[in-house]
Amino acid sequence: MHDMSAEPAVHHLSPPQGFIRKHVFSLDHKVIGLQYYGLALAAVFIGMVLSWLMRLHLGWASLAIPGLQHLSPNGAPGGVITPEYYLSLMTMHGTIMVFFVLTNAPFAGFGNYFLPIQVGAEDMAFPRFNMMSFWVTFVAFLVLIAAFFVHDGPPISGWTSYATLSSVGGISGPGEAMGQNLWAVSIALFCVGQLLGSLNFIATTLDLRTKGMTLGRMPLSTWAWFITACIGLLAFADLLPATILLILDRTAGTSFFNPAGMVVSDTLLPHSGGSPLLWQHLFWFFGHPEVYIAIIPGFGIVSHILPAFTRKPLLGGMRVMIGCLIAAGFLSYMVWGHHMFVSGMNPFSAVLFSVPTLIITIPFTVATLMFLGSIYGANLRFTSASLFCLGFVSVFISGGISGFFLAQPSIDTYLHATYFVVAHFHFVMAVAAIFGIFAATYFWMPKMIGRMMNDTLGKLHFWLTFIGVYCIFMPMHYLGIAGNVRRYASFTDDYLVPLIPVHKFITIAALLTGAAQFIFLYNLIHTRWWGPLAPENPWEATSLEWSTTSPPPFDNFGGRHLIVHQGPYEYNAEGAAQDYVMQTDPDFVARS
Amino acid sequence: MGKFFAILLIIITLVSVYPIVTHMWWMPEVVSAHGPAVDHQLDETMIGSGVLFITSQFVLAGFIWAFGNHKGKIKNWPGGHRPVVAFGIILVGLEILSLSFVGSKVWASMYITKPDLNALHVDVQAEQFAFFFRYAGPDGVFGSIHPDKINDGSGNYFGLDPENDVAARDDIVVGTLTIPVDTPILLTLHSKDMIHNFYVPELRIQQDIVPGIDIPLHFTATKTGKWEIVCTQLCGLGHYSMKAYLQVMSKPEYDDWLKQQSGD
Repeated sequence: MHDMSAEPAVHHLSPPQGFIRKHVFSLDHKVIGLQYYGLALAAVFIGMVLSWLMRLHLGWASLAIPGLQHLSPNGAPGGVITPEYYLSLMTMHGTIMVFFVLTNAPFAGFGNYFLPIQVGAEDMAFPRFNMMSFWVTFVAFLVLIAAFFVHDGPPISGWTSYATLSSVGGISGPGEAMGQNLWAVSIALFCVGQLLGSLNFIATTLDLRTKGMTLGRMPLSTWAWFITACIGLLAFADLLPATILLILDRTAGTSFFNPAGMVVSDTLLPHSGGSPLLWQHLFWFFGHPEVYIAIIPGFGIVSHILPAFTRKPLLGGMRVMIGCLIAAGFLSYMVWGHHMFVSGMNPFSAVLFSVPTLIITIPFTVATLMFLGSIYGANLRFTSASLFCLGFVSVFISGGISGFFLAQPSIDTYLHATYFVVAHFHFVMAVAAIFGIFAATYFWMPKMIGRMMNDTLGKLHFWLTFIGVYCIFMPMHYLGIAGNVRRYASFTDDYLVPLIPVHKFITIAALLTGAAQFIFLYNLIHTRWWGPLAPENPWEATSLEWSTTSPPPFDNFGGRHLIVHQGPYEYNAEGAAQDYVMQTDPDFVARS
Repeated sequence: MGKFFAILLIIITLVSVYPIVTHMWWMPEVVSAHGPAVDHQLDETMIGSGVLFITSQFVLAGFIWAFGNHKGKIKNWPGGHRPVVAFGIILVGLEILSLSFVGSKVWASMYITKPDLNALHVDVQAEQFAFFFRYAGPDGVFGSIHPDKINDGSGNYFGLDPENDVAARDDIVVGTLTIPVDTPILLTLHSKDMIHNFYVPELRIQQDIVPGIDIPLHFTATKTGKWEIVCTQLCGLGHYSMKAYLQVMSKPEYDDWLKQQSGD
């Protein structure tokens, strides 16, 4: 503990008074980080329950799920999910998970909380933007959830909302009237929130670093959030206008995505001149970088946490990992067409998009090798956090490998839109990113709420989840290879019927793995109020968040201006008194 | 705990690989001329990435086994990071190069090379939630499509205008794609409403059908039989039930079938 009573607070805002300013409309990046985390937590459990409903329907199509008819009398009469309600559940699952979980938690949540602390700042560069960013995102979430309660139910066009299903209005199917409008408005709002957040991250990283915190001494987690913010600034600036165009097509009679001569339900539509492929280009120009917005913070988090539990710096040091992440971020803007190999775009361009897609495996392979090499010769400590880091490496390898298949147009022509794709993106972006979120939670929650989480429950949570995700997603590869098409509400086709037992197995695995997440929820809630108090630096880690109290005071460092003397990962450095050197340690001289 | 983790990881890896090696669930039979090349490309990729998958999971398991709870002196990777980075770049680089070169040839043979000049031309109309197939009839010319005349109730799925359009009068419209074996086929894909997809797993071919664009697709079926044509692009509430059949006949059978259709 540092004595902080003697020095005056240097925060340019005085500490907030009153419940509303402290906990609701707070300008404090730590509160906003927790708000994002809380929103993501609510979202992930909703998303998970939606996936349970989908999985139940895929295994047992005629199963009546008690109570579901109350949520949607039309979508689930008598509790039995209709094909269109299956698509609604799928659309909402994807949208909630990608936007409100995988973007919110690792980037906006942990980034908001720890980026300013890790660079030694008292807050974000623009605290009011920051507050606005969260509340706009919160409203976006409410707007999306409202789709469950409108008359025609949630949209059925998937999280990708391809035109023309999404762009011609209610005539194209249930959920495509008000439900799809709400989806588009929600995503547009979400983009605004992320743009504000990204600006904030970039400005804070560049302008608010404390004395001695050179770019080379910034922790890899902060580097990853910074790179993600740069990607996000471009990606959401693309999706925002795209969703506005979609809203115009739907409500103002424009034809950005609607061509001439469309006949829906024997009605000739008045549109002319648009292209459904334009939506796909705009969407995937956002959509592929979005995958990296979800996973790059995971790489940063694992790069940051792993050294604390291997007691040695990452192999290749900071530079190799930073290089990998920047290369991946840059390449993410050159590969959007690999989602569109069979979309009807010029087949020559498929070759052009395939090559950078395959090249993108190089930075990720190198990053993975750096993780593996870092475990070699380590004093590996097993905690809930380190287990999830190791699990991250394993599931990322499993998910990355299947990318080799899908990156090739000649194989994609068989595997496109099958469960192979579902397996690939769930492993590589969803499960890997979630493992990063779990690792970050077990690692940082002592700092964020000032109490230690239960490690035994954390480890139990890990083992069940690790085995569970392999049972859920590995069989999906086999389904894909057998030609099982995704986004089907049930399998009436002759050639898919033999695969139903595999679906049943996956459903059971999903139910059990989902149930295991309640161990995590219990652990988190129990810790918040009853966990043992956390010391300042429980993991014997080095970066600035461990040089302040748990949780940190309003101005982060109790009026102190920290001066940084060391790199972020001085573990087992030669000549040091103990096996780690804090970034603020003025005495140690690194041998280089 | 390290040893438990390592053993678990090895079990997961082996169990994951087993169904692939034994082809427990595998691609259906291949019935197109270009199909074997696709399968070959998939097999090659499977071997390359399978080796990478097994090796990297085993290395991870091995390191966790060896260094879990290890208390001794910290060791660094012998030789530093540079050889590892170079190894990664070269290994993956070579894999990428070989996959790209071979794969692009396979892709080009399907989508970039021109269809055979004598290919049998069939027009395809996709709609929520059905496929229809049109043959030019004895005159060899397709009637033009008039979107305003499309009417499912009267069976005018293509929007033909036989009253004013001579070419449309003998067009044959059916619900099953019937084709002769070993004959180059050229499809022109239209959609009247949503994006649909033409996917026949046995043909190893998949192509979106996009409203506003006429997309050509060519292939040659090498076996007689009947297979499903399924839609793989989310097109609405009945998406899962949108299918038709591909019927591949011997040449004489096909000629008989066509004669029968024209006679109707």
